[in-house]
Amino acid sequence: MSLKDKLSELRQRGLADIKQSSDLKDVNQVRVQLLGKKGPITEVLRGMRDLDAEERPKVGAFANEIRDDLTNALTQRKEELERAVLNAQLAKETVDVTLPGTPVAKGEPHVIQQIVDQIEDLFLGMGYQVLSGPEVEEDKYNFEMMNLPKNHPARDMQDTFYITKEILMRTQTSPMQARTLEKHDFSQGPLKMISPGVVYRRDTDDPTHSHQFHQVEGLVIDKHITMADLKGTLQVLAHELFGDKFDVRLRPSYFPFTEPSVEADITCFNCGGKGCKVCKNTGWIEVLGAGMVHPNVLKMAGVDPDVYGGFAFGVGPDRFAMLKYGVDDIRNFYLNDVRFLTQFTKKG
Amino acid sequence: MKISYNWIKEYLDLNVKPADLAEKIERTSVEVDSVTTPSDGLKKIVVGHVLSMVAHPDSDHLHICQVDVGEDDPLQIVCGAPNVAAGQNVIVALPGSRIADNVKIKKSKMRGVPSAGMICALQEIGFSEDVVPKKYVDGIYVLPADAKPGDAVYDYLGMNDSLIDLDVTPNRGDMLSLYGTLHDLAAIYDKPLKLDRPDVKETGTDIQDQLTVHVDDQLSSQYRMRLVKNVKLAPSPMWLQIRLWNAGLRPINNVVDITNYIMLKYGQPLHAFDYDKFAGEDVYVRTAKAGEKLTTLDENDHDLDETDIVIADEKAPIALAGVMGGLSTSIQDGTTTVAIESAVFEHDHIRKAAQRHNLHTDASQRFERGVNQAGVQEALDAAAQMMTELADGEVQVGTVVGSDNVPDPAVIDITLTHVNAILGTALTMDQVTHILESLGFTVAVSGDKLTVTVAVRRNDIHIPADLLEEIARIYGYDQLPATLPTGRMTMGTLTSKQRLMRATRHSLEGLGLNQAISYALTTEAKAQMFMMKASEPTHLAWPMTVDHAVLRMNVISGLLDDIAYNSARKVKDVALYEQGRVFYREDGNDRPSEEEHIAGAITGTLMPESWNQPAKAVDFYQMKGIVAAYLKDMAVNGDVTYVPNADMPEMHPGRTADILVHGHRIGFLGQIHPLVAKQFKIAATYVFELNLQAIIDMPKQENQYDVISRYPAITRDIAMLVDDDITNDQVVALIERRGGAFLQSVKLFDVYDGVKVPKGKKSLAYTLTYQDKHETLVDDAVTQAFDKVSKRLEDDLGAQIR
Repeated sequence: MSLKDKLSELRQRGLADIKQSSDLKDVNQVRVQLLGKKGPITEVLRGMRDLDAEERPKVGAFANEIRDDLTNALTQRKEELERAVLNAQLAKETVDVTLPGTPVAKGEPHVIQQIVDQIEDLFLGMGYQVLSGPEVEEDKYNFEMMNLPKNHPARDMQDTFYITKEILMRTQTSPMQARTLEKHDFSQGPLKMISPGVVYRRDTDDPTHSHQFHQVEGLVIDKHITMADLKGTLQVLAHELFGDKFDVRLRPSYFPFTEPSVEADITCFNCGGKGCKVCKNTGWIEVLGAGMVHPNVLKMAGVDPDVYGGFAFGVGPDRFAMLKYGVDDIRNFYLNDVRFLTQFTKKG
Repeated sequence: MKISYNWIKEYLDLNVKPADLAEKIERTSVEVDSVTTPSDGLKKIVVGHVLSMVAHPDSDHLHICQVDVGEDDPLQIVCGAPNVAAGQNVIVALPGSRIADNVKIKKSKMRGVPSAGMICALQEIGFSEDVVPKKYVDGIYVLPADAKPGDAVYDYLGMNDSLIDLDVTPNRGDMLSLYGTLHDLAAIYDKPLKLDRPDVKETGTDIQDQLTVHVDDQLSSQYRMRLVKNVKLAPSPMWLQIRLWNAGLRPINNVVDITNYIMLKYGQPLHAFDYDKFAGEDVYVRTAKAGEKLTTLDENDHDLDETDIVIADEKAPIALAGVMGGLSTSIQDGTTTVAIESAVFEHDHIRKAAQRHNLHTDASQRFERGVNQAGVQEALDAAAQMMTELADGEVQVGTVVGSDNVPDPAVIDITLTHVNAILGTALTMDQVTHILESLGFTVAVSGDKLTVTVAVRRNDIHIPADLLEEIARIYGYDQLPATLPTGRMTMGTLTSKQRLMRATRHSLEGLGLNQAISYALTTEAKAQMFMMKASEPTHLAWPMTVDHAVLRMNVISGLLDDIAYNSARKVKDVALYEQGRVFYREDGNDRPSEEEHIAGAITGTLMPESWNQPAKAVDFYQMKGIVAAYLKDMAVNGDVTYVPNADMPEMHPGRTADILVHGHRIGFLGQIHPLVAKQFKIAATYVFELNLQAIIDMPKQENQYDVISRYPAITRDIAMLVDDDITNDQVVALIERRGGAFLQSVKLFDVYDGVKVPKGKKSLAYTLTYQDKHETLVDDAVTQAFDKVSKRLEDDLGAQIR
């Protein structure tokens, strides 16, 4: 048998062995058998000494070719087997993806905070500042400078927690109007502010009353502010908070610190304006009070009402939250039942 | 005030449905609480004529009546009312009818006797007990003799009218009357208004010879009386009773009803006195004297205050002016001579008197808001005229006038330019003039300027802004354009304080705590718990309850209340934080200062049990981790240290630490004292409270870039036995101080004080990481540094290196 034939046969047999190897250990064994120092190919090559000088390179090239073929086949087989092992391993590692994820601790912002933040962001975008004032106020700022002198009948509208005759828990965030107007330098530009915060009324807590609740006051004072600007601003606010399919209507009202004074209603959520129990069959729900700042308020704060004027509004985030989510008891906001707090998870 | 749609239509030619009218009123003048038609929901309620009546054989109070209801055969109805009698016309709810509260009436048997329907009291068909004439309160109502059996009762009782309940704001006293409302509606609908004017027929003698009034005109700017003799008291005619009860007033007798009717019509409260009960012929309007008493019409006794305005005769007060009359001079059976009072009382006195005596009457409500000062005489005349017509009274000649200060009408200048500049409109002079004139004001135009003379009845209009409101509302708010302010630009940005407060909330939410908002007003005891500095409590002068009487000086106690609320509802795992103010007050100051705080409280576990992990109860170190992570988020500049504090009475003495930043105490954290937990009825709870204002005010680290070393780090572990009282802080400080130039970090990885270490000792183990930023560290350098630090630990802290 010629060397060449021997080599051919070796290839034949080698490839068959490789194919038959069933695990990595087998493959390794086959490799050692075929290509090792004592293997048949080495042996064949050793026999090349006896060949003609002419034959030698041909056989040598052929032997190399066969060794490469076998090496490639071994590598391929090894990869196949490794992949099979890995696949078997992965199959064992399969998890039930429907099992719950490992819990992480996560807290939620209070629903009222969410509404306050939403209002703040809206007005920041329109160039307003956010200001906060003291919760314990002077009668002067809470009432007198808001055009509510002592003995004003409208003081009955808001029963007050007094601390002394002159010191009280603020009943509204409006005192920040007076405090800011006193300080504002109009030569530096118009005053555009909102003032969110906690306010207090002398009420007995029940599903619709809370002695503590929130208010966001808004104020814009400049040379050419109109009631139409107020209407437009309230529309933007209502659309931001409730969505733009809601209509806004203004109604005359009375606040000592604004004239004209209005209350703003929006389309009833519950019935979309058709009339239902929630809106007392009117199709409208009252959401805020507003008006053009009363000249007396400007005057008392040292602002010339013949030059400057503008609008103010006050909204109640508690009431907004109650309307928006159908919360039926205002006390829920202050009792902090975790099952209540964690219901309001939609941000943005 | 409930205003009658039918009554309005007598004066104004309106072609609108009551609901539309109400909507218009709401959009243009005042809020409307409701629109109701009393007959709504009622069915098959008719006039019945009681033909005969016999006593029920098996009852001592039931009667068997045969009632003609306009059908061929009378109905037999068993009735228990004490005042039912043969010959009466009564209200019958037929079988199959519906009465008040949607109750259905069926044929039935009463103690064995068939009864086909029910004879009704007014209350049973929806009348409020407050308006039912006294005579019929405890029995059935008797309809007029001319009522026709079988007719529906509604028209006889005014129940088909629509009643619009106005919620009148404090400035619109004028709307508390038919006439005031008509003036507004005339402007709204742009219709002419024709009001009737009284025509008094005077007879008898001059009132001046019979009555003199002495009035302090500071108390009563107008005080007028007329005298009507020989009145015959009787029930008022049905139309008058209907007007009253539909407005929520109880018909009493013709004289009293007339005064109430005039009040509803003109807005002017009147009072009718029994002239013959006066002591003498002089009447005084003055303040009450010390010790004076008055029994009012409602038979309540009042100790009068020296600022109460009273009407008095020679001897004693006979009325609490503007609020309620006195019982002694009231109109009663036998009254023949009536003194009618029409006056204006100073509103502030009335408001206080009504509050002081808890007597909020229809009269006081109107005087508080101000009546039409140009219509005092007219209302008086109208009442006198009606007393002639309805009670055969003889109106004596003249009016006695005690004070007569009718104010001048307000005259206001305004320009059309100003109107449009403020409202954002483009109204014409004609439009504006027309609106103002339709309200009954007179307008003189000169160029751009309008000079407006306001009707006296509109006591709420004094300045141009008041006129703007009138113009805007009558023009219609719906018609105003909607724009946004233009003009100079302004920046809308949060301040750094506001940003930090938002970041605080986001940080703590990210760390697993839910935001709570608790009450800032609490009990005196809770207000003073967990105090971070000495302060006087701030009390409300007149709290509603002791639960909310004092301003908090800590935030934690509110969170513990919240946890207790959850715990009582079987919610065991609660993790809350609150950002809010505490109120510190120095002795001698009335007003507290307000400090922003941030506090947290966790009970149970932050990480509830799951299928793949057990629940881990909150402990000191978890809370400390939260606080540390939060402070890291806030980037406070300076070392944060935790110092044991065994002295806070509300805290666990061994599990409480003060939190110091750069040596300044900014708060504390730890477990609440078990006795405090017991007091709140809650389980073990860990808390922290920080002075947020201090964190806001502290300098902050700026973010900066630090090159990450390309050279490998080398770590060495060290374990040691130390005495129990050696703290981690001491060990770490020493290692950091003595660790050499290449020490990057020290990390505690084990603490053990179990049975395998000697008593009084504990085992601590740390990983020390070394790195050189500029070249590869050689092992020898690390070994050298490590040996050095080991030695110092042995020498300085008595550590046994293991």
